[in-house]
Amino acid sequence: MMKGLKKWRLFSLLAVMTVFLSACGEEYISTLQPAGAVGKEQFNLLLFSITIMALVTVVVSVLYIYAFLKFRRSKQGEDYMPKQVEGSHTLEVIWTVIPIILLLILAVPTLMSTYKLGDVSAMEQVDENGNKTELIVDVTAKLYWWEFAYPELGIVTSQELVVPTGEKVYFNLKAADVKHSFWIPSIGGKMDTNVENINKFYLIFDEESEGLKDGVFYGKCTELCGPSHALMDFKVKTLAPEAFDAWVASMQATEGQTASQDSTDLGEATFAASCLGCHAVSSVTGMPSGAAIGPNLTTFGDRSHIAGYLEHEKENLVNWIKNPEKYKPGNLMTNAYDPKKFSDEEINALADYIMSLSVEQ
Amino acid sequence: MSSVAIGKEKGFGATFWDYLTTVDHKKLGNMYFFAGLLFFAIAGLEALMIRIQLMVPNNDFVSAGFYNELLTMHGTTMLFLAAMPLLFGFMNAIVPLQIGARDVAFPFLNSLGFWLFFLGAIFLHLSFFMGGAPDAGWTSYASLSLYSPGHGIDFYVLGLQISGAGTLISGINFIVTIVTMRAPGMTFMRMPLFTWTTLITSALIVFAFPALTVALFFMLADRMFGSNFFDHTMGGNTVIWEHLFWIFGHPEVYILILPAFGLFSEIIPVFARKRLFGYSSMVFATILIGFLGFMVWAHHMFTTGLGPTANAIFAVSTMAIAVPTGMKVFNWILTIWGGSIKVTVPMIYALGFIPSFVAGGVTGVMQAVAPLDYQLHDSYFIVAHFHYVIVGGIILAIFGAAHFYWPIMFNRALNEKLGFVVFWLFFIGFHMTFFIQHFLGLMGMPRRVFTYQADQGWDLFNFISSIGALLMGVGVILLVVNMFLSIKSKPLNTRDYWNDGRTLEWAIKTPVPFYNFKQTPLVRGYDPYWIEKSEGNKEGMTFAEPIGEIHMPNGSILPLVMSIGLFIASFGALYHPDGVSWSIPVIILGLGITVASMIVRSFKDDLGFHVSKEEVIATEESLYGKGGNK
Repeated sequence: MMKGLKKWRLFSLLAVMTVFLSACGEEYISTLQPAGAVGKEQFNLLLFSITIMALVTVVVSVLYIYAFLKFRRSKQGEDYMPKQVEGSHTLEVIWTVIPIILLLILAVPTLMSTYKLGDVSAMEQVDENGNKTELIVDVTAKLYWWEFAYPELGIVTSQELVVPTGEKVYFNLKAADVKHSFWIPSIGGKMDTNVENINKFYLIFDEESEGLKDGVFYGKCTELCGPSHALMDFKVKTLAPEAFDAWVASMQATEGQTASQDSTDLGEATFAASCLGCHAVSSVTGMPSGAAIGPNLTTFGDRSHIAGYLEHEKENLVNWIKNPEKYKPGNLMTNAYDPKKFSDEEINALADYIMSLSVEQ
Repeated sequence: MSSVAIGKEKGFGATFWDYLTTVDHKKLGNMYFFAGLLFFAIAGLEALMIRIQLMVPNNDFVSAGFYNELLTMHGTTMLFLAAMPLLFGFMNAIVPLQIGARDVAFPFLNSLGFWLFFLGAIFLHLSFFMGGAPDAGWTSYASLSLYSPGHGIDFYVLGLQISGAGTLISGINFIVTIVTMRAPGMTFMRMPLFTWTTLITSALIVFAFPALTVALFFMLADRMFGSNFFDHTMGGNTVIWEHLFWIFGHPEVYILILPAFGLFSEIIPVFARKRLFGYSSMVFATILIGFLGFMVWAHHMFTTGLGPTANAIFAVSTMAIAVPTGMKVFNWILTIWGGSIKVTVPMIYALGFIPSFVAGGVTGVMQAVAPLDYQLHDSYFIVAHFHYVIVGGIILAIFGAAHFYWPIMFNRALNEKLGFVVFWLFFIGFHMTFFIQHFLGLMGMPRRVFTYQADQGWDLFNFISSIGALLMGVGVILLVVNMFLSIKSKPLNTRDYWNDGRTLEWAIKTPVPFYNFKQTPLVRGYDPYWIEKSEGNKEGMTFAEPIGEIHMPNGSILPLVMSIGLFIASFGALYHPDGVSWSIPVIILGLGITVASMIVRSFKDDLGFHVSKEEVIATEESLYGKGGNK
């Protein structure tokens, strides 16, 4: 009776744990629910290594708990004098050889996967016209925002990476100021953006982000980079190949788009007078990757978040313009302009204008 | 110090002066221990502030900038200024006794090592009051630390440089002590495991710390004197900092964990009443871990972009370390197997250590799987992993050893009931805090974040983790209370407090006289005290010499003066980039004080003093009554 009760308890505990865990990870940010081939491979390695390690832990625990329960002094008697054993060569050999075998088993997929995920030779492939055959994105990490340039397509965007599903997307990673690290947990492992060299790797996006909570996967900076490290988020929108091509076309169509100081729209005129120096409103800037001073705002209205983490509401944008330091301490936009010189009406119009920038509507 | 002073009350001033000038390994051991405890408390408080900040999403308990200072100082202090001095405390207090020596080989250097560490630590902590603490993490990666405004990083560089020199000096001292000062008959393969791990750790210090010294000098020159070792815009390279730091940094964790292994290897046989299983393989495993510890540093840099070949090599070498570590765990289990286990406070720390450390170890192997580490790196999984090995290994060892060696160090015992309460609070709090962080990492939470948004599924686990941290905090407070209570308790005046002591340090009656053994013991085998006891020897040891004159070193204030000189010079270097006129004179003044005291030390012959046979007998009688240490 007691035994049955205990078993039932154990079972229900396991069931609760399972529900608990799956309920806690969010699919747009959890490595436990991979949405890309790289992440899936890493998830499989996680399961594989965790199984071996659980086996080791269980064996050690059983031996340990058995020894502890059996050889208590209360059972052995106060005066019991144990035999003073020096050791055992047989046992030493056993617990040296078995771990070596387990590690060799673990090492094989590790090495295969390391080379597989490190293979970026396709980035150099060109077709007969000399164009790169693979999609390449230049990622530049800056104090506290991300630029995503598509050098072969001639377009650039920021804060929200847009990629097609079902193909390898190659990344050139670089930091413009201090070291950062580029991570999309549900798609695959991270790679650092160094200041002195370009790191290359690839990811594969298997699922469209449309159905997710904000319609995007979450990306993170994972290298301490200053006060706003925790807020240096980016988002990833994954589109079906046709939708991606359409998006590229509409991005390319923004060529020449700019804001005019003579505009009748107060927002646009204010933007042109005060913001355009750092923020482009055309995706085709002609600048080399990473050269922009501030985030490109061409797709601002299409984004899911403001400043990478605030809700996409005009009010947040107004607050941001008024006092960016409050929302991202240490950012480089603070002191680049004087927010006090704007009237409330101007800021309101400015926010309306920025929110209206879109290539998808 | 004269032998006549023993047993007599001294005024506060005289006692204070005695501690400032002492070269006695036991006093320095206590000073290391309490200085370490002080910094452990400070860093623990920083940890609590970190956990309070992360208890709920979007918290504003501390600001983003101050949070970075907290996380930097927590890591730096815990590793350099808490764990290391606490372990040095035990090494100083116990190792000379374990090998039957009168003191360490270079008592003067021992004192210098302490004061360098202590003043370096004080210097680093002054940053909080002088414009802000370092804020680039304990790893202080070069691009961020060059960018960091203010003087925080300068405090880090100079403070660690000074205290690192102290550590290096202590490392050399312990190697020489253990190699040259063992009692007759104490062959290498009869040395207790704690002495062995101290020896290997000291060797690691000697090889690892120079890498840190070089890195810190580069950083110092870059930040304070305008060189360009790490400035990539001028042809420098920040990845070199990563390499230098981790060539030091990975051995550093073995520098800390090996003595912890050694402490458990002392505790477990005593309370299992059984010889350490597989002694020679334990020694071999220690050496192997120390050696392999230098071969794995780049596993901290799997995502830095070293390429698949480098990653593959370092993945395999990292996995290899699991083998000798596993050997140790199995040997501990086989030591209690067939023994007679008495669950005392030190033993319960050892028993709690085994599963905790195994859990931390296996996640380490998982991180060695390089492609998997691309997901785990710099996430909360890593935070969970290294706290499992550091708290579950090193801190449990320090707490356990504090209870274990308290009778030898202070001639008092810690309260057992309170000891168990502390253990359970701390142990449960520890697992509650860190187990759940593995999952936070897997669910995508990066480390070193000052806050997080509510919509990412991390709220509950962070809350649980913070509650666990508070439990640990209560545990530590009660541990300190226990230590204070012990002052009031009755002196033990006994030897072999735990009744099953095996090694030489238990053969000596407490309080330990300043010259340790009145006659150098003769070691007749492994576990010498156990051998003497089992042969019914009432004196606890066989002596290698008749009672005679004992040669002891004189105390000196010079180590403190030398350290103060460097302390002063550091302020000059720190403010040099501000263009103040006094910076160079202050550097010269400070270094002048240090060099002058070195010259005094070199030209003044200090041959120590001799304690006559009569004084030895008188001291023994004043400590233990008629007949002396019997």
